Order: sequence, then structure tokens, then C-alpha cells
Amino acid sequence: MSTITDATLQDPPRLPPEFKQGPLMRRNAAVTEAPWVRWTLTAVALLFLLGFLFLPLIAVFVEALRNGVSAYFAALVEPDALAAIRLTLLTAAITVPLNLVFGVAAAWAITKFEFRGKSLLISLIDLPFSVSPVVAGLIYILIFGAQGWAGPWLMEHGIKVAFAVPGIVLATIFVTFPFIARELIPLMHEQGTEYEQAALSLGASGWQTFWRVTVPNIRWGLLYGVLLCNARAMGEFGAVSVISGHIRGQTNTMPLHVEILYNEYQFSAAFAVASLLALLALVTLGLKAYLEWRHGDELVATRRH
Amino acid sequence: MEIKVRGIHKAFGSFPALGGVDLDIASGELVALLGPSGSGKTTLLRVIAGLEFPDRGAIVFGEEDMAGRPIRERRVGFVFQHYALFKHMTVLDNVAFGLRVRERRERPPEALIRERARELLELVQLGGLDQRYPAQLSGGQRQRVALARALAIEPRVLLLDEPFGALDAKVRKDLRRWLRQLHDKTGVTTIFVTHDQEEALELADRVVVMNRGRIEQVGTTDEVYEQPATPFVFDFLGNTNVLPGEVRGREVYVDGQDTPIVTASLHGSGPVDVYVRPGDLRVTEPGAPGFDAVIRSTQRTGPILRCEAVTASGQAIEIEVPHLHYDTQTLRPQQHVRLRLNQFSVFPRQTRNRDGTLPDVVPNAPAEYRARGRA
Repeated sequence: MSTITDATLQDPPRLPPEFKQGPLMRRNAAVTEAPWVRWTLTAVALLFLLGFLFLPLIAVFVEALRNGVSAYFAALVEPDALAAIRLTLLTAAITVPLNLVFGVAAAWAITKFEFRGKSLLISLIDLPFSVSPVVAGLIYILIFGAQGWAGPWLMEHGIKVAFAVPGIVLATIFVTFPFIARELIPLMHEQGTEYEQAALSLGASGWQTFWRVTVPNIRWGLLYGVLLCNARAMGEFGAVSVISGHIRGQTNTMPLHVEILYNEYQFSAAFAVASLLALLALVTLGLKAYLEWRHGDELVATRRH
Repeated sequence: MEIKVRGIHKAFGSFPALGGVDLDIASGELVALLGPSGSGKTTLLRVIAGLEFPDRGAIVFGEEDMAGRPIRERRVGFVFQHYALFKHMTVLDNVAFGLRVRERRERPPEALIRERARELLELVQLGGLDQRYPAQLSGGQRQRVALARALAIEPRVLLLDEPFGALDAKVRKDLRRWLRQLHDKTGVTTIFVTHDQEEALELADRVVVMNRGRIEQVGTTDEVYEQPATPFVFDFLGNTNVLPGEVRGREVYVDGQDTPIVTASLHGSGPVDVYVRPGDLRVTEPGAPGFDAVIRSTQRTGPILRCEAVTASGQAIEIEVPHLHYDTQTLRPQQHVRLRLNQFSVFPRQTRNRDGTLPDVVPNAPAEYRARGRA
């Protein structure tokens, strides 16, 4: 057998290191504005960010620590606050895995199969985004409340949904459902079905194909979706507020607890709990930024948020 | 593995992609499915693979009807047009994939899998690149990884969808020759899809010419080129001049001329289209069998002199002569020449486009179907 002498045997050209950091910012004279315009625009943007995002964030922490560090921690270990934190974590721990499964299943169905009513399903996935969370909460009251459709029957069987943890979880699932599915649909759509077909042709089962080919292909998008879903699940206020009933120590999540404390003029306690939520947001933001920096090319198809 | 395709029908919505295809492929053969976009060649390949299920018909591997079986049970090596290499796996893991997903009792031990994968990479001349990721390879290298991956499962048949479509011209030519040698070495029955007639003629033992979901002709490369069964095959396999003509018994009158060409076979009587390649036209003495034309323009392209001419009936034709041929002396603009036909085909006259071309894409084909057939 003869050998191949063309370029295919040689190494592909190596890219200079700066390419690996992300797209190069090139100065192009034709689209570059005068320096004062650039500086003014940058300054306006920075001032805006400072005034509307950064200062409030600082204010949360300043207010939280106003009465000293010990008061700050006292507000956090107070039983009602602990119960609220526990409930929030529990809700997120149930909601995120469920939405992970639902989201992947929905994205899988939409991108890998052709069926009737597909565009309707896509619109339905977006519904929680377009409906006010308060309405979402009301829907569940309407269904599971004492005067609702399923409420009385459930009561008879000793199952409490509205004004209890199951109601909070259901409302949170509803509100956070689109995050993972929406993240995955464009990504999986772009990847098409060829990788799966290749795996099947090599003898892999459907399950093996899913775990060894599909999941690795979508893992960063999936993680990104989980992150956003988690942030929203912990921070959701409207829907949960309607269905929880604000029972202290029982159906109070962190955002609800913050509101109650605030309404009772316990400002520093309110800000202390709020600072935890703010911290969560910062961590999420940091991870999100890291993912975008590290795996931007795989996430680029989903840049919507 | 011997493959029989029997009466395959397949429609996408209202678009008939395959309308009754029969084909026999002998064990160890290298066969090209050749046709324009929308001709059904890729669909036929995917039906054989099990990536599409036919509406009707049988796909027989050896003695077994596979038409209803999913792809993972068929043991076919499928090389996708864009390779579909798993980008999160190294080259070695890609090649080993087919062995690693086997059920435990059929799976060779890990050391053997790695050895086998390395052997295959050696075979496709990628030894030493086994720890690279697909993104770190050139197009031609990826193509060969895909090939090694498909060969790893010891496929009963190797199916390649436009194997060279995504490569540039130079790499394409080298890989073509190399693939032929690889086939001769491994002896795996191979079917590949192409829209490039040169590729099909150079690489394949036999060529299956397809058009509008049907097979127009199956034959060796010589057969389809020298004895095209239909006007479509003639037209698709190279440049074509179509001249009006008439047959009476053994005689063919071209372009209304009164000196007939006498052929060996007996024809029916009536109007025909005479198909002749630009390279099969040569200058001859006035009055000899053939037809008259006036040269309009000449152009040298590489080793060939290409002339445009007009026949007595006003038909525009093309002539190609090697530039060292003595005909080039006569082929000058405004020259009146008598042309003979070295080789030609006659087909009953059909209604056709004025410019003598056959429509190659079925106009109502759905967009995604057209896209799939494209390079």
C-alpha cells in the first residue's frame, strides 16, 4: 500500500495561544469611533452598572452588617430563618433534579424527533416565562386549594398541597421549568442526530448512546441550565408567595422570610437573610462566567439570557 | 456480505424519494451510487444502513431480511459525510467505541480493544495520533478516523455517504486512491454515495446511476460510460452534445444531412436524439458520414482545445480536441468543417429543455431532502 503524501498526514496548523482565550478583539478603523465617543459610552455604561447593580448589592451587605457581625449571625441562626433556609434548599433539591429530567426529556423529544404539535410544545415550554409568577401560584391554589378542583379530595385523603411544601415545590417547578429545556433545545438542535446515529450504527444501545454520546455533548449547556434553574428556584418569590401561605417556620422560604422581616421593621435581620440570597447570586454569576469563559463555544448556541 | 435490495419504496411526506429500487451487490464489491441531488442515492444508502426504514421492499444481507431491523442490529459500518466523530473522545476512544459498547460476554478485554484500535489506526495510517482529539485533526485525518471507527466493528458492509464531499480537491484525489487500496486490502463490501461522476468512475467496481428515486443503469465503469442506457446517464456522466437525427434501419442521419452513418445494429425508424461527447467529434473530409458545422470560437483550457460551433440546423455544439492533435489546424473561428462522430448514442426523441439539459433536481423536493443530497 502506498503512503499518503499530502498534507492530511501532517499536523493541522497550531493556533497562536491568544486564539484559545476567545475571539480576538481587532481594532478596525472603519467601525471604530472617535476616542471621546468610546470613553463616554463606556463611562455611561459603567456608571449605570454602578448605580443600579453594584451599589444596591453593596447596600444589602452594609445594611446586613449595620448592627454588627454578631447580630448578623444571630439573624441567620434564628429558628424561623433556619427553617426558611432549610425549606429553600429542600425546594431547590427537589425542583432542580426534576426539571433536569423534564428539561432533558423535552429537549430530546423536540430536537431528535419529528412529531405533530411540536411547535405547540415549544410554545408551552415558554409559557412559564410569559406568565406572571403570581398567576402561576394562583393556578395551583385554584387546583389544590380548599375550594379548588382537587383540593377537597386531597384533603379527605390527608394530603395537603396548597399552603404546604408540595405546593411550593409544584409552583417552583412550574416557574423554573423552561431554564434547562430552553438552554438545551438550541444546543441539541445544532448538534442534530448524526452523533446518535453514529453511536447506534456502532452497536450502542439507546441508553449507552444517551450516556456516552448525548450527555457529554450537552454537559456544559446542561450545567449552565441547572445553575440558572437553581438560582431561580431559590429566589422565586411571586408564585411561592401566593401558594405558601407564609406560615412561619413551616412554609416560609428565604425570599418570603426576607419580606416578612422587612415588613416587621427588622431591617438588619431582613438584609442578613437577603445577603445570603445575594451571595448565592454572586456565586451563580461567577460559575456562569467561568463556564462561558471555559466552554463558550459550546454555549454560544444558547446565548439567550 | 452479499446484499440484495428488492422493490424498495420510500417517500418523505408526498415526495417519493425511492420508487421501486432493485439492486444486487456481490460480496467484496466496491459500488458507487451516483446521481444528482434529490436522486435518492443517499436515501438508498440510509435505507441499506437502517437509518431510514423503507415503506415497502426488502433489504437482504446474505440470507437475512434486514428491512425491519434497526441499525444497531445490522452491523454496518457507516461513515457520515461530516464524520460525526465524538468530539469529547480521543481518536483511540472513538475507534474503540464500537467494541466497548458490546455486551459484556461479547466484549473483548480492554487491553485487546486498545490493541485492535491501534491496529486499525495503523491501517488508516494514523498511528501515533491516538491520543489526539478530533478537533486537533485535519479533514482528511478525521475522515480516516471515521473509517477506522466503522471498520472496528468488523462490519458486514461499509457504507460511505459522500466520503470526500467535505475535503478539498487535492486531498480528495489522494484519499480516493488510498480508499481503493484499503478496500482491496480489507475486502469489505463497500457502497458509497457520490454526485461526482469522476469519483464514481475512478473508484468503483460498478456504478449505480440514479435519478428521481430510480436506478437508471447499473454497470461497470466502462459500461455506463461507453453504453449509457438512458439519455440521463449519458448526460450525467460527462459533457454532452445533443443533435437532432433520424434513423432508418441501420442508417443514422444526423442534423438533416443526407450522408448517413451506417451502424452495426438495426434501429426502428423515426426521429431520434443523437448524443455525442465533445471529445468524440473529429474533423473529417467534406461529404463523409457526419454533419457540417461552423466554428464560432475556440479556447485553450489546459491540454485541451475547446471549440464552440453551430450546426447547419442552428444547434450549438461543443468540440474538444487535445491541443497537439492535427485537427487543431482546422478548428479556427469561422471555419466550415465536416465532423464525424467517433462514438455516440441514439435515443428516441423526447421533449426536453431547449438547451439540451435534463433537469437534475426534482423541483418539488422538500428543502431538507435537497439539502441532504447536496455536497
